[in-house]
This record gives sequence, C-alpha cells and structure tokens, in this order.
Amino acid sequence: MNETKATSLFEGAMLRRALWDSLIKLDPRVQIRNPVMFVVEIGSVITTATWLIQVFGGKALGGNDPAWYTLTIAIWLWLTVIFANAAEAFAEGRGRAQAATLRSMRKETVATMSDGSTRAASELTRGDVVVVEAGEPIPGDGTVIEGIASVDESAITGESAPVIRESGGDRSAVTGGTKVVSDRLVVEITQEPGHSFLDRMIALVEGAERRKTPNEIALNILLAALTLIFVIVVATLRPFALFAHTPISETSLIALLVALIPTTIGALLSAIGIAGMDRLVRRNVLALSGRAVEASGDVDVLLLDKTGTITIGNRLASEFIPMPGVAETELAEIAQLSSLADETPEGRSIVVLAKQYGIREREMSQIDARFVPFTAQTRMSGVDIDGQQIRKGAGDSVIKFAEGEGGHPPPELATQLERIAREGGTPLAVARDSQILGVIYLKDTIKEGMQARFEHLRAMGIKTIMVTGDNRLTAAKIAGESGVDDFLAEATPEAKLELIRSQQREGYMVAMTGDGTNDAPALAQADVGVAMNTGTQAAREAGNMVDLDSNPTKLIEIVEVGKQLLITRGALTTFSIANDVAKYFAILPAIFVTVWATSQHGQSPLHVLNIMSLGDPRSAVISAIVFNAIVIPLLIPLSLKGVRYRPIGASALLRRNLLIYGLGGLIAPFIGIKLIDLVVHGLLGA
Amino acid sequence: MTFYGWFTIVAFVVILTALALPLGSYMARVYTGERVILTPIFATPERLLYRFMRVDPERGQDWKAYAKSLIIFSLAGWLFLYLVLRTQDAPWVPHLLNPLGYHSPPWNVTFNITSSFMTNTNWQYYSGETTLSYLSQMIGLTVQNWLSAGVGIVVAVALVRGIVGRSGKSIGNFWQDLVRTILYVLAPLSVFVALVLASQGVIANFSDYLVVHTITGLTQTVAMGPVAPQLSIKMLGTNGGGFFNTNSAHPFENPSQFTNFFEMLAVLIIPAALIFMYGRMTGNRRQGHAIYATVMIMFLGAVIVAYIAEAHGSPAQHAAGLHTGVISGSGGGNMEGKEQRFGIAGSALFDVITTVTSCGAVNSAIESFTGIGGAVPFANLSASEVIFGGVGTGLYSILLYVLLAVFIGGLMVGRTPEWLGKKLEAREIKLAGLGILITPLAALFCTALATATKGGRASIAEVALSKAGGNTPQGFSETFYAYLSQANNNGSAFAGYTGFVQPNAGNLGAHGITFADVLGSFDMMLARYAPILFALAVAGALAGKKVSRAGLGTMRTDNPTFVILLIGVIVLVGALTFFPALLLGPIVQGLTGHLY
Repeated sequence: MNETKATSLFEGAMLRRALWDSLIKLDPRVQIRNPVMFVVEIGSVITTATWLIQVFGGKALGGNDPAWYTLTIAIWLWLTVIFANAAEAFAEGRGRAQAATLRSMRKETVATMSDGSTRAASELTRGDVVVVEAGEPIPGDGTVIEGIASVDESAITGESAPVIRESGGDRSAVTGGTKVVSDRLVVEITQEPGHSFLDRMIALVEGAERRKTPNEIALNILLAALTLIFVIVVATLRPFALFAHTPISETSLIALLVALIPTTIGALLSAIGIAGMDRLVRRNVLALSGRAVEASGDVDVLLLDKTGTITIGNRLASEFIPMPGVAETELAEIAQLSSLADETPEGRSIVVLAKQYGIREREMSQIDARFVPFTAQTRMSGVDIDGQQIRKGAGDSVIKFAEGEGGHPPPELATQLERIAREGGTPLAVARDSQILGVIYLKDTIKEGMQARFEHLRAMGIKTIMVTGDNRLTAAKIAGESGVDDFLAEATPEAKLELIRSQQREGYMVAMTGDGTNDAPALAQADVGVAMNTGTQAAREAGNMVDLDSNPTKLIEIVEVGKQLLITRGALTTFSIANDVAKYFAILPAIFVTVWATSQHGQSPLHVLNIMSLGDPRSAVISAIVFNAIVIPLLIPLSLKGVRYRPIGASALLRRNLLIYGLGGLIAPFIGIKLIDLVVHGLLGA
Repeated sequence: MTFYGWFTIVAFVVILTALALPLGSYMARVYTGERVILTPIFATPERLLYRFMRVDPERGQDWKAYAKSLIIFSLAGWLFLYLVLRTQDAPWVPHLLNPLGYHSPPWNVTFNITSSFMTNTNWQYYSGETTLSYLSQMIGLTVQNWLSAGVGIVVAVALVRGIVGRSGKSIGNFWQDLVRTILYVLAPLSVFVALVLASQGVIANFSDYLVVHTITGLTQTVAMGPVAPQLSIKMLGTNGGGFFNTNSAHPFENPSQFTNFFEMLAVLIIPAALIFMYGRMTGNRRQGHAIYATVMIMFLGAVIVAYIAEAHGSPAQHAAGLHTGVISGSGGGNMEGKEQRFGIAGSALFDVITTVTSCGAVNSAIESFTGIGGAVPFANLSASEVIFGGVGTGLYSILLYVLLAVFIGGLMVGRTPEWLGKKLEAREIKLAGLGILITPLAALFCTALATATKGGRASIAEVALSKAGGNTPQGFSETFYAYLSQANNNGSAFAGYTGFVQPNAGNLGAHGITFADVLGSFDMMLARYAPILFALAVAGALAGKKVSRAGLGTMRTDNPTFVILLIGVIVLVGALTFFPALLLGPIVQGLTGHLY
C-alpha cells in the first residue's frame, strides 16, 4: 500500500473531479469560511457586473475603462478564486483516492455471534461477542478474548505477512475489515456502529472531519486582519485620488485590493492542512485529529522504549555465571526450569542456551510445577516445583526474595551483577528458595544508525529519553552507546507516567510510543501519544495517533511532518505579504499615471515609480493580477509536499526561510510581473 | 554635512544609551516593588496618597479591572480639563493667573485641546500665548502632561507584567503603578530637567507680557510665563505641546545648542529606558537589547536620511542658486524654517526625535523641509509610534509588533509560536492585530473624510486661499499629516491645516472649525484608547499562560535574525498601509521641481 498510495498529483480522473469541485466551491456559503477568498469573490462579482453594465451600454461608476479591460480583470479574479478552490480540491482528491480503497473493504459482512446466531456487521455494538473462523473477515474492531490466530491486516497496513493475534497480552486488538487466515478467534466488539477504526480512517483522509487547528485559526485571524487593513487602504484611496483630480475605476481599485490581500496563503491554507494529514497517512500513521499533527511539531521530549526501538528486538541469554559452590550445569538446569513456562524471547533464549549444557527440553505439562508469571511489581518469574520455589529476575528483586526466605546472597553476586550491567548486558539472578545460584547474562544489541538519528533529533531541538525496565547501570551503558540524552531505568508504568508529568510541569511537550495496556495512561498523558497498531485496544484508544507499521522510530517522521505543516504556512504567509511591494510598484504608477501631471498630456511625476517599465497602465494592472492568480497553482505542489524541514536549529532555519520566502517573495514578483507584462503588452499591441 | 553635525548625532546616541541603561534598571526595580534610592523619600507620601485615594495598592487587578480604573481616571481628567479651559475667564480666577484677561476658547476648539492633552497628543490648533491663561497652562495642560504620560507608562508596564507573568490573572494595580510613575520617575526627572533648563535661560515667571521697543522703532509684545516647569514635562512625557506657538524654536523655550541637545535627551530618555526595563523584567536583558537595536536602527536610518536631505537642500534651491554648499560662516543646506543657533544637524535630529516619539515638539518648520527630509517625519509617523514612540506607548506598540513577528517567524521554524515561553494563539493574534490596526486605519479614515468633504476642506489653507479649488499635493500633505499626527498622538504639524480662527489674542471673536476639531478629537481618542485596551487585553491573555521551556528548536527573540524580522514586519506593515497616500502627498512633491 505504501507504493500504491503514491498517486500522481495530476492524474486524469482526479484532475477532472478536482476541477469540477473547484467550480462547486464557488458557492458563497463555502467561500465565507475563508475571508480572504471571500473578498476576492465579491470583487469578481462586482467587476463582472461592471462589465455587463458596460456591455449593455450603461455607464460604469468611476473611470472610463474599455469593456475588454473590465472583462479581463473579472476573468482573472474568478480564476484566482477557482485556483484556490482547485488547491483544496486536489488535496481532498488525494485523500479521497485513499478513502475509496478503504471503503471497498467495508463490505457488508455477516457476523456469527457467540450463541451461533448471525447478525449484520453494521449492527454490532460494544460488548457483542462474535466468533470468526479461518477465512472470514473480522466484522468489527474488538479485543480477542479467546484463541490465537494469524490475521491478514494488509488492507489497513499494507503489510502482506499475516500477524498473530491472541487473547490476553499486548496483541489482542483486532481491526474490522481484516481477515483471519488460520485458526479461530472469539472477539468482543469494542466499537459502536459507524465508529469503527476504518470509518474514522475514511473520514480522516477524506477531510470530512477536518476542523481548523489552533495555529490555522490564529493564522486565519492574522490574514483577516491584513485583509481588513487593505480594504480600508483601498477604500480611502478613492477620495485621496479624487482630491488630486484623478478618478479611479472600481475595476482598478478591486484589482489593487485583490493584489494586496494575502491571496496566495489564503488560497493554499486549507490545502496545506489537508496535505499534512495526507502525508502522515502516506507514512501509515493515523492521526486522530489535526491538532495532534500540529502538536507533534512542538515536541521537546521524546520517550523511547529501549526494546525494539533502540536495541534490536530482545535480549538473549549468552552466559550462565554460577556463584561459588554451584556447578554451571546446576545453574543451567534451574535456569531452564524457571524459564520453561516463560514465553518471552528472553525466556526462550535461556532454554536454548541451557540445551548447550546438555539439558534437554522438558514440557511443563510433564512435570508437576506451577508457573509464577512475571509482574511489573515483583519483577520476577519462575516456577514452584517439588516444594521448591525457583525464581529468576532482576538482581535486587531476587536478592529481596532470597533474603525473605532467610538466605544471604554471596558477595560475588553484587560484583557479577555490576560487571554485566557495566558492560551493557542485563543480569538475571536465579534463586532456589533462599539460595542464589548464579546469574544469567542477557545481551543487548543496539540498532544500527541510532546514534545518527539521535544526533538528528538533537539538532531538531528534541531531547530523547530512553525508557527501560533495566537497572541503572545497564541502562546507562546502553544510553551511552546509543547516544540518547537521558534514560529512565527500572521503569514501571507509574514511573513512566510520573516522568511525563514532571517533564510537562517543566514546560516541555512530550511524545511517546507505546503498545501495551500498561502504556495507556502514559499515552493519554503525553502530548503526542503514538500507539502501535499491534498494540492493545486500550493503547490504541489512549493515544492520539496510531502507527499502522508499528514502528517506534516513526515518531521522528511524525515530528517532521508536524513541523513542515507550520513552516509551509509561515513561509507562504511571508511570501504572500512580501509580494505586495512589487504589486504596489506595478499598480500604483498605473492608476496614478496622470496625477499632478505638469501639462495637459504629460506624465505624472510618479511615473518614475514604474521601475519595471511596464508597457502601459492597463497591461501593468492586468499583469499584476495575472501574476497574483497563477502563483497559486504554481505553489500547489509546494503546499501539498510541504516546505522541507531541516534540522539546523531554529535561528538558522528562520534565516534560511526568511531569505527564501521573504527576500525571494520580495524579488520574484518583480520578475514575474515584468515577464507577464511583456506578453500582455505584446498581445494588446499597444 | 559637517563633522560637527555627525559628531552631534553620534554623541547623542552614545549619551542616550549610557543614560537609559541605568534608568531602565531603576524603573524595573520601581515596578517590581524593590527598594530604590528614592524609597526613603517617597514611601510616606506614597502611602498617604493610597490612603487618600482609598485604594489597596497590594491588590492586583486583572486586565479588565485595570482598564476600568484607567478609563474612569481618564474620563475624570477629561472633564476636569474641559471645565478649567472653559472657565479661564471666570471671576474667581485671580488676576495673577490670567494677567491678560483671556476669554475662554470656544467649545469646539476646547473639545479638541482637551482630547489632545488627555491623549498625550498635544496637537495644538491654537497658540498657547494668545489663547490660554497661566492658570489653564498650569493646572490644566501641565497636569495633563504629567497624567497622560503616566497613563502611557503604566500600560507598558502592565503589558510587560502580562508577558512575563507566571501566575494568575493580575497585571498589577493601576493606581499603584500611576503613583509610582509620577513619584519615582517623572517627578525627580522633571525637577532636574526644569532646573537645568531654567539655569540655561528658559523663563519661569508670572509676569505680564513685556512690551519692548525694537531698534527699528516698532513695539513688540514679548510673551512671558511659567515656561520651564511645563517645558520639562513636555519633553520628558513626550507631550510636545509648546508653551509658545513656535514651540521649541522659541528662545525662551530652547535658548541654546546645549538646551537643544538636553531637550532631545529628555524626550528619548524614558522611551529608551523603558525598553531596557522590559529586558530586565523578562529576566533576560538581551530581550531588551534586541528591541533597542531594532528601534535604534530605524531611528538612525531616519536621522541619516533627514540630515543628508536637509544638508543637501532641495532641487529648487539648487536651481535658484541659493547657498546650499558650505560657505564660510554658514553650514549650507536648506536653512529655510530653521533656527541659525541649532543648525541643520540640530534641527534634523530634533525633528526625527520628536516624530518617532509621540512628542511632536518642533524646533524648526517641518513644512519647510525638503521633499525627502519632509518625508522622514511622515515615514516616522507611518511606523505608528514603535520607533521609541511615546512614553509607554512606544513600548506597548512595539511589543504588539513583536507578538506578530514572533507568530510569523515562529511558524517558519516549525513550532507553535512561543514568545518568552508562552504559546501565541488565536486570541492574542486577534487582540494584537486589532491593537496595531486601529492607529493607521483611524489616520486613513479621518484623512479620507477630511479631504472628501466640504467641512474638512475648509480647514486646508491652500483650499481656503485659492478660488480655483486649491487641491494641491501640499494641501493633501497638510491634511494627511494632521490626522496622521493626531492618530499617532504626536502633535507635530505641517502647518496649514487649521481648526481655530482667532482674529485677536485672548479669543475675542474667535471661532473653531467644528469639523476639524471634532474629527481630530475622535482620531486622537480612538487611536489612543483602543490600542491601550487591546494592549491590556493582550497582557491579560498572556498573564495566565503556561510557560514552556526554550530549546534549540524554539525561535529566539534576542538575536540579530529576529531584529531583522521585526524591522521587516514594522516597515512592511507601515509601508503597505501608507504608501498610496504618501505618493499623493510628499512623494509626488519630492519627485518634481514644480511648485504647487
């Protein structure tokens, strides 16, 4: 889906649809939401009316323009509005194409309820329990309450390999529209009808639920204020000019007004917003609100889980280190026993390592043992067998356990624990009742290129904090090697939540990723919480974004998209305002061509302001308006793609963008208007 | 241009900066309630004043309460001044305070004078020495010179408190701020300045006007009065309303080059110090330095252009073979309308200083400046009082521009714009935008009314004199300048636009031109109080905001890039708003040797 999503910008059918939409959007009830373009539309109506009056022989107010001039201006004003509509329509069109793919998956399916009855999938409500057999689509979002199965989620994630979904644990969430490939699942539905994940996704990419984000609202107000200034400037210009015995026609005044108000950014503003959301979807990230996308640009602190994000997958057992008086094989055997029921990768790796000591694998069911699962509080797991309690876990927890049983940890234990931790490994202590037998050495491998990524983030002004359940020493070692700025060791869900809160109290915006139900409170507390799609339903509901690829480092891209969104708006606003200078130099000498001329047919002293030496007054005004209009479609690709973000620090970035869009915006229209004038003036043959 | 001229300009900037730095720190201490050197002297009178006014100075006000106090105080002051002026010939006024028995000015011009002095504008359609009694000058105008300056300063202080505020809604207490401003800032400075000026020959008496016989055998009336005390606050409070009609060109208001230099310092010292105060109060002095650099660059730009233009003279002067070059004993250049004792640099500098601030005092005739030199005050006024600006007014105006610049720049670095850690959102943008809009729009709107209507055109000297319509660029410039100056609460004038016809000294038979008087009052009041209310509302909106920490990704507001951005925003907004109007006035005049 990653590839297929990249539809070309100007595909035939989409282009036609967008053009048609841009005409529909001329409806004033649509335009009034955008004050800048609304003013342009009013101007278009007035100039058109003026032209009609002229055509039917009436006398237009002010000035005596030829009808062709009024018509030309009117046409280009309408085009300005249409171009603005087209920008929005293109952005929406790209989203719509994705929505169509998604919608095709929302076929009407029949759900089999747990009691054997059937019901239409669209009528399922929260709390219903359905059974899904191999080959059937899952009828709605829910949590697996029984069974384990492989599920094809390619429809929403684009990933063709099926994923495992099972009851309990962190892989229990299923999404409506995905398909069970093997086995059978019993699913409790967690959505209300019409509010499924797929429904929300469709609404999002179509922009139907688009609400203006806080920054967009503020910018809109600024643009409205600028428009108001120019309305007054142009309105008062008429009496000023009359004082100088120079009547100016409505057409020229309206042309001046439209040239001055920030039409470029006004036209592209909503397209930028829609495109930002679209860029996230293209990266397989679903933001549940535009606000969240914007907030991601503001992130100061990134919380990253160590496992899977900074280190490759999981730690693996690499060595058994017995305490004095304990044989290595004895330790291996006990370690294996403690891990038999431990389905975590670490647990399995211990069993694998034990095999090298000639200890054959046993089945839990064959021995009389009771499994003691790992909890975040005890931070140990193990088995109770033959009246013996075997435990393995973090050093301090196991020591506490052994001491509780009346034992005394040997002095070598502390040395070994510390050595392994210093080396960046994870030590697991193994105890049988009061006796600590030894230590298992778990090794971590840091992903390639992480250092560069953190360097990149630092340049963006973002602090990274690694979160891990490891002890301080291990955490410090890995943190040092990978280059994160800070770490939280021995993290419990509570400690994680508290870390987020304390960072927020200090005035930082915090982003984090998470997948487990444990993570839900922290995801909800973080300013930007990205839930992994593989995660639990609770996690997916707590976050404000879902990453369909379940890739924790995706956060970096999300932050960049958020920043791009704001930069694009700021840059085009600057460009739009800077353009006005050239337009003044084009239009004002044109409309003041005779003002205070020293002789009857002489030129105004103000003709020296015609520094572009535009052909004649009418071609000057037309050229300015044409430039003003065509700059909109020219900038559509930029606004859809976004201004590139560079992590070079705020000051350098500001300098760069000021230079390109401020200074560039000052100069570009001088060149553009002059070029257009060469054509227009040539066509007029004057 | 002479070495002495440039030296004067450089010396002025250096001395101003050196004096403003410590004064800024002092003011920051005053407004944060710290002990200052004058506390032992003023603590008791301050307490007594609070008791007398029945206010609890320690109780903070939110922006609405602050604004309410300010408006009530201003309204009361307006009524008081109006009554004083309208009763200056009342029988209870002792002869000493109205020695020439002047009548009260008519209602319409009184309306304008009152609004003018209330708003720190000091626009004067009248001549002080032929219109007002000593009593009116002292308890009417001089009192308002103090109070209107005080009001401007407290608004700036309140806005800064809102910007840096960490807790809650309070932006200070209006009465406490006002009392402290007058006791700790204006009073000591004013006494000092008045004494220095009096020692240099500025008069201060209650004498009857002198009648002297000139060497040509004619008799001349020489106006007298308590000039020095009024003059000091006229300068310090950026009021600018002269005791005499010729303002700071009059030898009794500005006797020498030294007083000229000293008066210029007095005008800029408080606006400059307020900027440093802002830096102090934010806890990062560089914030103040960045704004100081911004205004200083624009200020120097104006000074250099004005000085070169005036030293060079106009094309018409060159064509006529007038001495525009340096000749022994003369500095050369355009000396029309300038005092020999100040010279070109002293006049150009003074002119720029009083038009960038809301002072509006003049020591030379602005309408006699060359086209380009005359465009400088226009440009200064177009910047809407942000280049130093009026006392207080300048700081709160530029801070609103800073807010806009931070918003635009902040977007361009890819974060929700933050100003000193506070996120800028729709509400602040709306308020700051409106606060910035009002002044230019009031100026344009009033000029349009005045040029398009018969009532407005009656005030234009060119129209009144000429039978054939008389619409000229000069007439337009005069009108535009009048309303631009009143909107900026400046008070300086391109002569020729009048609102008061006075055949005899003492107001007998005088009448005001209601249209110009009332429209001007509307212009001044709207452009003064609307931005004040918006600035206070911005303070209120910012006061309670959460502060986020600055990082590498946060846009800085204390470095050269920001200074450039801020200058860009100010110049662009000013230029885009006023360029068309300026074209029809000073620019068209400056581009041609033709005389209109």
